[in-house]
Amino acid sequence: MLVVLPIAALLARAGNGGEGAFWREVSSPEAQAAIRLTLAVSAVVVVVNAVFGTLIAWVLVRDEFPGKRLVNALIDLPFALPTIVAGVVLLALYGKNGPFGIDITFTRTAVAMALLFVTLPFVTRSVQPVLLELDGSAEEAAASLGAGRMTVFRRIVLPALTPAIVSGVALSFARAVGEFGSVVLISGNLPFKTEVGSVYIFGQIQNENLPAAAAVSVVLLLCALVVLAALTLFSRARSRHVR
Amino acid sequence: MSVEAARPPGAGRGASARASRVGLRTVALGYLALLLLAPVGMIFYRTFEHGLAPVWKAMSEPNAVHAFWLSIELVAIAVPLNTVFGIGIALLLERGRFRGRGLLGLVIDLPFAISPVVVGLALVLVYGQGGWFGKGLAEHGIGVIFSVPGMVLATAFVSLPFVARETIPVLRELGTDSEQAAATLGAGAWQTFWRVTLPAIRWGVVYGVVLTTARALGEFGAVSVVSGRIEGQTQNLPLYVQDRFENFDATGAYTAAVVLALLALATLVAMNLLSRRTRSRQAA
Repeated sequence: MLVVLPIAALLARAGNGGEGAFWREVSSPEAQAAIRLTLAVSAVVVVVNAVFGTLIAWVLVRDEFPGKRLVNALIDLPFALPTIVAGVVLLALYGKNGPFGIDITFTRTAVAMALLFVTLPFVTRSVQPVLLELDGSAEEAAASLGAGRMTVFRRIVLPALTPAIVSGVALSFARAVGEFGSVVLISGNLPFKTEVGSVYIFGQIQNENLPAAAAVSVVLLLCALVVLAALTLFSRARSRHVR
Repeated sequence: MSVEAARPPGAGRGASARASRVGLRTVALGYLALLLLAPVGMIFYRTFEHGLAPVWKAMSEPNAVHAFWLSIELVAIAVPLNTVFGIGIALLLERGRFRGRGLLGLVIDLPFAISPVVVGLALVLVYGQGGWFGKGLAEHGIGVIFSVPGMVLATAFVSLPFVARETIPVLRELGTDSEQAAATLGAGAWQTFWRVTLPAIRWGVVYGVVLTTARALGEFGAVSVVSGRIEGQTQNLPLYVQDRFENFDATGAYTAAVVLALLALATLVAMNLLSRRTRSRQAA
């Protein structure tokens, strides 16, 4: 009851004005800009996450160094930290008066950084268990046959990891597309420049333009769900193949 | 999540292996430091930059205190609700037999895929003035949106899946043997649950509760939409942080942020300790 009803209401409101109104709201220039920005930045962020997340998982599983347990625990920080706190802090670090002397407030880079922060754990946490399970015999065999380490990684390790990476990417994307709290401060929410979908929806709610908000919400929701479904199917098919 | 150290294949196979390992390590740690440690360090630095006195003052602001207790209240309602619900759903999904199990699983995971703002909007559409139940509720003098009940709903929604998701694998691993044994010995369903199932799944449940609590404490977007953000009345702690920030009260904002950050760190510690327990249980 808690979950299904509100979603149904959302869909209903979005469709309230009929097909025409839905498309009108969704294709308003500001909405389009917001949606496109959200999808684009999320896609970039997700790719970065795929690379660095796997790298971090690799280092955490295959390497030894003092403080490793602490680092491992810290990976979950973005899960536990409220998004608004992340936003405030990113502003403190990379905004005016920040210690690094750079100011990225009101830029898309800021949006990307916020999204990178909140989606950090997904790929890493997805890849770690798989990496742990991987036994080294195939890699050692390849190495003894003369394969260089890059080749070993590319041909043996990476395919085994791909389903996990993909499912981590799917979760990252869904999270990034919907992110609000960490973005709302540092991006300045400039329409057409740094306003992401969730902020646009928020603005429409404030302006009592609920149909517009509902329409764009449905679009965002569909994007997240489609990507989630597609990537989950892909990763499941892949892991069956590898098995 | 406990991570065992495995010997890297080809370890010690010469200087280049070692160099690339150190290289990788540096890149990974550098990335993490930039993205994780710098922010956390920054909150503490900025808060205590001007000494303890302003911090103390900020903490004793009535609105701050109210926001804090409201957050606690939201958690105190949402977490037990979601725990009971989560265990129930887990039992239903793992021990029950009915069509549509997959669908139910999807519905449970839904709060993960939805933006918090959208959650708030959906709640407004149902319980708000123009909404489906809105008029009925207004007639009975029950305010949901722009007041605490709405915030409870929002908080409960976003923190819904955790207990269920953490309990399901544990239930699956457990298997029905002990429960069946109890049944043959004459135990009733409730007795079986209380004496056999629950103690076996308790670490999964506790881990889920910790995650739920963290999520509930930190929820911002959904509550923001639903509550109207009225100072001293409908601000939870994250909303208070934003409010202070927008009013250029940096110390107030950072102080509240530090409180939340400390709670987050406590959550991290709990998560880490507990995950080791659940892991070792499953290995046993």
